[in-house]
Amino acid sequence: MVFNPIKPALLMLMYFSALTGIIYPLIVTFSAQAFLPRQANGSLIIDDNNQALGSELIGQAFSRPEYFWGRPSATSPHPYNAGASSGANQGPANPALLEAVQTRIKALRNADPKNTKPIPVDLVTASASGLDPDISPAAAVFQIERIAAARHLPVPKVQELVKRYTEPRLWRILGEPRVNVLKLNLALDQRLK
Amino acid sequence: MTENGLLQITLYLAALLLLAKPLGLYMAKVYENRPLFLTRLLGPLEAGLYRFSGVDPEQDMRWQDYAAALLWFNLFSGLAVFFLQILQAWLPLNPQHLANVSFDSAFNTAVSFATNTNWQGYSGETTMSYLTQMLGLGVQNFVSAATGMAVLIALVRGFQRTHAAGIGNFWTDLTRGVLYILLPLSFVFALVLVGQGVVQTFKPYQSIPLVEQVSSAATAPAEQTTQTIAIGPAASQIAIKQLGTNGGGFFNANSAHPFENPTPLSNFLEMLAILLIPAALCHTFGAMVGNPRQGWAILAAMTMVFVSLLFVTWGSEQSGNPALASLGVEQSVSVNQAGGNMEGKETRFGIVNSAIWATATGAASNGSVNSMHDSYTPLGGMIPMWLIQLGEVIFGGVGSGLYGMLVFALVAVFVAGLMIGRTPEYLGKKIEAFEMKMASIIILIPAFLILGGTALAVIVDAGKSAIANPGAHGFSEILYAFSSAAGNNGSAFAGLGANTPFYNTALGISMLAGRYGIIIPVLAIAGSLAAKKTVPTTIGTLPTDTPLFAMLLIGTVLLVGALTFVPALALGPVIEHLIMNGTH
Repeated sequence: MVFNPIKPALLMLMYFSALTGIIYPLIVTFSAQAFLPRQANGSLIIDDNNQALGSELIGQAFSRPEYFWGRPSATSPHPYNAGASSGANQGPANPALLEAVQTRIKALRNADPKNTKPIPVDLVTASASGLDPDISPAAAVFQIERIAAARHLPVPKVQELVKRYTEPRLWRILGEPRVNVLKLNLALDQRLK
Repeated sequence: MTENGLLQITLYLAALLLLAKPLGLYMAKVYENRPLFLTRLLGPLEAGLYRFSGVDPEQDMRWQDYAAALLWFNLFSGLAVFFLQILQAWLPLNPQHLANVSFDSAFNTAVSFATNTNWQGYSGETTMSYLTQMLGLGVQNFVSAATGMAVLIALVRGFQRTHAAGIGNFWTDLTRGVLYILLPLSFVFALVLVGQGVVQTFKPYQSIPLVEQVSSAATAPAEQTTQTIAIGPAASQIAIKQLGTNGGGFFNANSAHPFENPTPLSNFLEMLAILLIPAALCHTFGAMVGNPRQGWAILAAMTMVFVSLLFVTWGSEQSGNPALASLGVEQSVSVNQAGGNMEGKETRFGIVNSAIWATATGAASNGSVNSMHDSYTPLGGMIPMWLIQLGEVIFGGVGSGLYGMLVFALVAVFVAGLMIGRTPEYLGKKIEAFEMKMASIIILIPAFLILGGTALAVIVDAGKSAIANPGAHGFSEILYAFSSAAGNNGSAFAGLGANTPFYNTALGISMLAGRYGIIIPVLAIAGSLAAKKTVPTTIGTLPTDTPLFAMLLIGTVLLVGALTFVPALALGPVIEHLIMNGTH
């Protein structure tokens, strides 16, 4: 018998395409939409008027003094473009990285000249996705006095809010402690349910 | 280095080694065609497939026929992905109306996914329609992984059999790998990921009004009032991308994207999935050759190299960037922050989880990332690159890692045999001139592709103009790209603007040669071994299931890797490290 692999190769590929390329994603989608619709559709934060305020997993850009600022974002053409995720890909010795960090330091210092504490590193370095929803608790604490002054709120009140939105490591082991910037800012605006 | 970091690493390794054994034994049953509980459910699908494609599952193929079947199947696979991309604008399931992909990029991506590389020259959410992702890339995630596993099983049969003409049946190996291993694991994993927040939907991208309604920077082109959020059928693809050492992300930022890897738990499971099947296959090998200790020796060698190099990456990233220290930036670790070199890393993962991932993805030829390797410290970024250059044998790709490692085992017994003046044997098979010739080809091809490709790219303008970071780091970007392509890894120093005709072509050729230039000689070895008789173990036989052999194996891998690549690494990461720490 002459061995001929061409026809089986073609038919096998068609079969696997149907199975793993259509049926499998359809069953996963159907199950996800049936049992986990909130997560499957982007973990949107919905307010009382059924209006989406954002996704709790996707950061937004904040630059006004009365909001907590998130990680610098390198997405193009504007920061926190959730339609085109990207990191900055700057090497550690790239002069452009040092320049960018200096600009970010200046912006933070200008927004709160009284604050002379060292700046937590995550607040001046771009995230990998450009959409990082979180900052470190240190980065949140660093900004508390600026927000309190801009909003005419007592500092302990803002401190308490930061504490409430600080998420610890999972089971105290996995990942890193973090603060969700969008949720914290929505809480400041009293727009969270 | 922190206590919590050590705890996270320990937990990761413990979970990996615990799960590897039962899965490995299960996979041995799958490939030996023994009855499984899943047979009742999926058996009819399997039988139907053989009927549909006119395959005789009992046929035993010579190695040449096995290779021909594999190559034809992979050729049609690549063509399917290519045509889906260049026609996607006219096909359904394209809610964002994405344009057809250019020919050179489509060629690169088709090769990339058929060879289990999953190098991303493109950016997922702005280039690929839902249909291309599912029916093109998603399918290859399954079948390219199953192809690698099939080749490994064929090689193991070479050791098992005596005076045999055949090494198994490619169609059944491929089918059983997909049906009984990859598909059930992916289905469960995909749903767990959705539970953590990975998206899975066919809706178009969402548009949501921003909370802060001003242009956030002077550079923004116009006032931004809404945020467009890319979504899609991601979870089903991410599950198999992690399990099958594929690594091609649904989104551009890969598993750094919060929709691809939202939580510390999703991150832990995705990291586990990177090494799970490669580690488990060591047990499959041990079970199939009838001596579990043979599998353990190889797994131990892999694990030791992995853990040692992980500590280099972790330590280097945690120590931070000396240039930032002088600017008044706080990089030290505390209860309130991960500290370290956070450029290109996500807050929820911090330093230790980024370091584990980078080391695992380099080791395993997975190529997915949860942080941007281009922004790593010189030594931190050198580790994943060197792991790729070692030949993707420290765990390595599913199947491909272990068949590569078994080739190194042949070299190790050959070297030992030379030292004591005996004909080398491995698992009862005499290792002779033919096997050593094939092994030399297998080791030389990637070295030639990586060093030759890099040399070419730094000579021509088309290669140099893609560099994003100046100085030695730019050289590292190119060296990493060719290592990644030839090693079928797929991760990148992603600043390199590689979506150009030059890189799409050069890297595409590297991926092809780095995959099939190795698979064919491996199958030739399998055929040659299967035809040999099995010699009895005597007092003069070098035992290959001992710690001593594991050390010999590590020595062989590291020596070949070091001799071949240290000069090139010295021009990139090493010199960058010296300059960076010398000037600050």
